[in-house]
Amino acid sequence: MSPVNSVLGSPIKRREDPALITGKGKYTDDLKVFGMLSAVMVRSPFAHARIKSIDTAAAQAMPGVIAVYTAADAEAAGMPGLVPVGWLLDTLKTPPHPMLASEKVNHVGDAVAVVVAEDRYVARDAADAVLVDYEPLSACTNPKDAISDGQAQIHDEAPSNIAFDWEIGDQAKTAAAFAAAAETVRCDLRNQRLIPHAIEPRAVLADWNEATGEMTIHLTTQNPHVHRLLMCLSSIGLPEHKVRVIAPEVGGGFGSKIHHYADETIIAMCSKLCGRPVKWAATRTETNQTDAHGRDHVTSAELALDQDGKILGLRVSTYANMGAYLSTFAPAVPTYLYGTLLSGQYDIPAIYGHVVGAFTNTSPVDAYRGAGRPEATFLVERLMHLAGEATGLGPVEIRKRNFLTPDQFPFETQVALTYDSGNYGPAMDRALEMLGYEQLLADQEQRRQSPNGKQIGIGFSAYIEACGLAPSAVVGSLGAQAGQWESAELRVHPTGSVTVYTGSSSTGQGHKTSFSQIVADRLQLDVSQVEVIQGDTDLVQFGMGSYGSRSGAVGGSAIARSTDKILDKAKLIAGHLLEAAPEDLDFKDGSFCVRGSADHSVAWGDVALQAYLAHNYPENLEPGLVASAFYDPENFTYPFGTHICVVEIDPETGTTELLRYVAVDDVGNVINPMIVDGQIHGGLAQGIGQALWEGAHYDEDGQLLTSSLLDYAVPKMHNLIDFELDRTVTPCPHNPLGVKGVGEAGAIASPPAVVNAVMDALAPWKIQHLDMPLTSEKVWAAVHSQ
Amino acid sequence: MYPAQFDYKRATSVEEALALLTEADDVKFIAGGHSLIPMMKLRLAQPEMVVDIARIDALRGITEEGDGVRIGALTTHAEIAASSVLHEHCGLIAEAAAEIGDTQVRNRGTIGGNIAHADPGSDLPAALIAAGATVHLQSASSTRTVAAADFFLDLLTTDLSHDELVVAVTIPSLGRSTGCAYLKFEHPASGYAVVGAAAWVKMENRQCSGAGLAINGVTATPFNGNEIAQSLVSTDASDDRIAAAVESVQPEDPMADVFASADYRAHLARVFAKRALVSARDRAV
Ligand SMILES: Cc1cc2nc3c(=O)[nH]c(=O)nc-3n(C[C@H](O)[C@H](O)[C@H](O)COP(=O)(O)OP(=O)(O)OC[C@H]3O[C@@H](n4cnc5c(N)ncnc54)[C@H](O)[C@@H]3O)c2cc1C
Repeated sequence: MSPVNSVLGSPIKRREDPALITGKGKYTDDLKVFGMLSAVMVRSPFAHARIKSIDTAAAQAMPGVIAVYTAADAEAAGMPGLVPVGWLLDTLKTPPHPMLASEKVNHVGDAVAVVVAEDRYVARDAADAVLVDYEPLSACTNPKDAISDGQAQIHDEAPSNIAFDWEIGDQAKTAAAFAAAAETVRCDLRNQRLIPHAIEPRAVLADWNEATGEMTIHLTTQNPHVHRLLMCLSSIGLPEHKVRVIAPEVGGGFGSKIHHYADETIIAMCSKLCGRPVKWAATRTETNQTDAHGRDHVTSAELALDQDGKILGLRVSTYANMGAYLSTFAPAVPTYLYGTLLSGQYDIPAIYGHVVGAFTNTSPVDAYRGAGRPEATFLVERLMHLAGEATGLGPVEIRKRNFLTPDQFPFETQVALTYDSGNYGPAMDRALEMLGYEQLLADQEQRRQSPNGKQIGIGFSAYIEACGLAPSAVVGSLGAQAGQWESAELRVHPTGSVTVYTGSSSTGQGHKTSFSQIVADRLQLDVSQVEVIQGDTDLVQFGMGSYGSRSGAVGGSAIARSTDKILDKAKLIAGHLLEAAPEDLDFKDGSFCVRGSADHSVAWGDVALQAYLAHNYPENLEPGLVASAFYDPENFTYPFGTHICVVEIDPETGTTELLRYVAVDDVGNVINPMIVDGQIHGGLAQGIGQALWEGAHYDEDGQLLTSSLLDYAVPKMHNLIDFELDRTVTPCPHNPLGVKGVGEAGAIASPPAVVNAVMDALAPWKIQHLDMPLTSEKVWAAVHSQ
Repeated sequence: MYPAQFDYKRATSVEEALALLTEADDVKFIAGGHSLIPMMKLRLAQPEMVVDIARIDALRGITEEGDGVRIGALTTHAEIAASSVLHEHCGLIAEAAAEIGDTQVRNRGTIGGNIAHADPGSDLPAALIAAGATVHLQSASSTRTVAAADFFLDLLTTDLSHDELVVAVTIPSLGRSTGCAYLKFEHPASGYAVVGAAAWVKMENRQCSGAGLAINGVTATPFNGNEIAQSLVSTDASDDRIAAAVESVQPEDPMADVFASADYRAHLARVFAKRALVSARDRAV
């Protein structure tokens, strides 16, 4: 391979960073345009209440206030104002979600009015002056309780608050497996509710041009085109070609910026009605109250095993909290992104999963880093831990005995996926080797001799994820209301440099760097010769966005396909210049040459130039060197790996200290190892955060007790340790890059690794299970109740 | 996160600061702003006027004074943590200051603001009580002193009256052969003390000749454990004696939140008191 090719797989520094770390990045809330006004939302302080009246007069009269709008104004303005659902299920109830509540509010933070003023301070003062007369109703927050009798009824369209009732797998076959089992283990668990906490809060700047009828919206979004599509279909009342959505720098999303929220349409309405640009940015409290949350399952899971510790069956029943309304992709998360992952890395002959989605008076729940897959992995890996204990085989042997073997691929699971590839043993062996497992077991044994002293625990997680979302026809048949391909366009300039237009819109992952590496590699250019444009519906032809660890596998593949088309055309031009047939040309060291006569060649730059001069040019060939591709993947991709966590617990205080964290991941081919490691680090931080500290708490009235960072514990740098990372490489067999995706792996794998480690440390006390987060008090109370 | 409207004035002397207090009904001093501004952004505080005292140089600095140390009210947590004078006479205060927040907070936050604000999860109050510190207050017409042990009256409430300014804190030298320890159990979200135990032990000829103890975070005002610590005087302050002594750490009305219940906090108070005393003793000998 020529030296320039080595750019693929090298840890080049992120080209995004100089601007971002010197404060030169422009985020939505940094933007200022002439005549801009500020908006502040008036939100419900009640979880569930009837709106008796809204009096805006006092607010309207305050100096500096331009307008106060309610649902009545939206209707008068002719805006449909409905927040849509982008995924349907057979049994799904889809009660309307109006952008401004007029009859009833259903969660704390539900918007009832919006104040537009000359500045934010005035708007905020005026928001306090909007008088809403509420009649509070009883509220429900727990998904299992919500569907029982006597609970608050949230939507008329959804009796007993049931949003859907869904199943996967084979119930009868699974029951038979349990009947035949030599051993069963069970875990009743709560996968707690999380708040995503992107560092940059959501923000909107809408600018209506009355003269042209065009609406420009700068928005914190992971998918500008999808946002525009959803808005034009159901909320904004404008045609798609008259709406431009732009994502400037976006400071993290983790799923929370996929969804179409009421706020972007409310602000667009404000701009339209005021005739001036209007900006809104969420405060941290609003972020906590109104960003779509993640997880929140109440689950019972059981595993059936034979006398040799081979798994016979898995049975899962889950109540999934949907919150007060169905967020954009909410119905997919606890169903197709969850139930399909229940087979894990294992050969499980019978699986049955049953999920009931419930409405509650809480913030809507939707995709959050991992989205369904962490919930599945958590229960599977907790059960494997318990099975290792129950059978006496221990955590390593029980897993190895049940791993799918390399010869079983492609493997069709009992839950609708076909794993394309995998090789699970080596990842686990490598992790064990890095850990020094035998020595640790000896240390653990020694600690156990002093039962009051600090104990160590070792926890495993052998995870798989299905990412690279997704084959369009497959997801379409499962209820998706959009395709899941990705598009790319490459424009080669006359001087040979290249601009890439990608539909994968980054929220900080480093797409510009990774995508430049792909193009530089394939077109044999220096990375500095490649620019990447993203996040603007007027510039990029279309895009499905960044989520589900899809940017590399799907967005990157679209770019790779575009480079193929560029090379095909370039060869026609080069062949003409060299008077050779295109199929006789090689592309090497940045030049096209006739195979077998290396000195008979023409450089890339000359071909590019000729494409635009078209002076000495093939007949019947259009000038220009531009290509685009829409890449629709054949299958999901299936990254996997083994993570091992070592903790120390102090029985006297219940505190857990992380001692080691070893992660061996197989994400397929690697474009930029530094970026891949960074993604793993971030995912681990969030997953460890879930295991030990994070959790949204509502009281019984539906008040969010964790509405600020004083109460909601996101992990901080000093809470974490140096992670020990390595990789195995099993390339994806069905995309041109052999990449699988890495954005969510850390968050999927780590919660069970940490929890299993703590439970292992607590083994002397014979504690079966504790729910996350494993706060020190929970551990202490468990130890002291023994 | 947008405060209500307020007026702003900057004072250049203590006298001017105190005079400005009469210019509006609800006036607040601002020093480092690291407690006041968050309160204002959450609209839990809506002062009519804010008087900035941050540039009154007379209120800043750490000096040896008589048999102890004087810390000006505007001295930052970072300056306190790094002070060699404090490390010599009463390292306990420096150790507690080093546990406050993060670098930015320590560079802005001041000791005067910290104690005037009187957050129960703050780190300095217990250290000041254990060390036997005195708070110096000044109004337009008079000056007075209050023992740190009597200064904290309730949650976010102190003996400071609305026409007074904290000008300094003085701390007696704990003398040679003394070991100190401030042990903090950090709230995973806020970083404030769920429990923070401040202890010092003086050991002479293997005998304890003086000791102090106070605990932040557990009750609305710091738990004063000085008498409990003093029960170690004239003993060898062995692990067993310390363990027995801290059984008397029985805080009344411990606080509770989502993270830690009242019972758990009270339990942690005993564990951290024990560990702080043990480690202070070990450092003394
Ligand atoms: C992110 C963060 C983390 C923190 N973590 C911790 C922690 O772990 N431990 C901890 O102890 N603290 C913590 N704090 C609080 C910090 O220590 C504050 O700086 C301190 O409590 C207040 O000092 P200040 O100078 O900033 O006071 P300001 O905010 O300026 O004032 C606070 C109050 O005191 C009054 N005041 C200020 N100076 C005087 C004076 N000289 N006389 C009379 N009244 C006065 C003001 O009027 C106001 O009511 C944290 C703060 C933040 C923002």
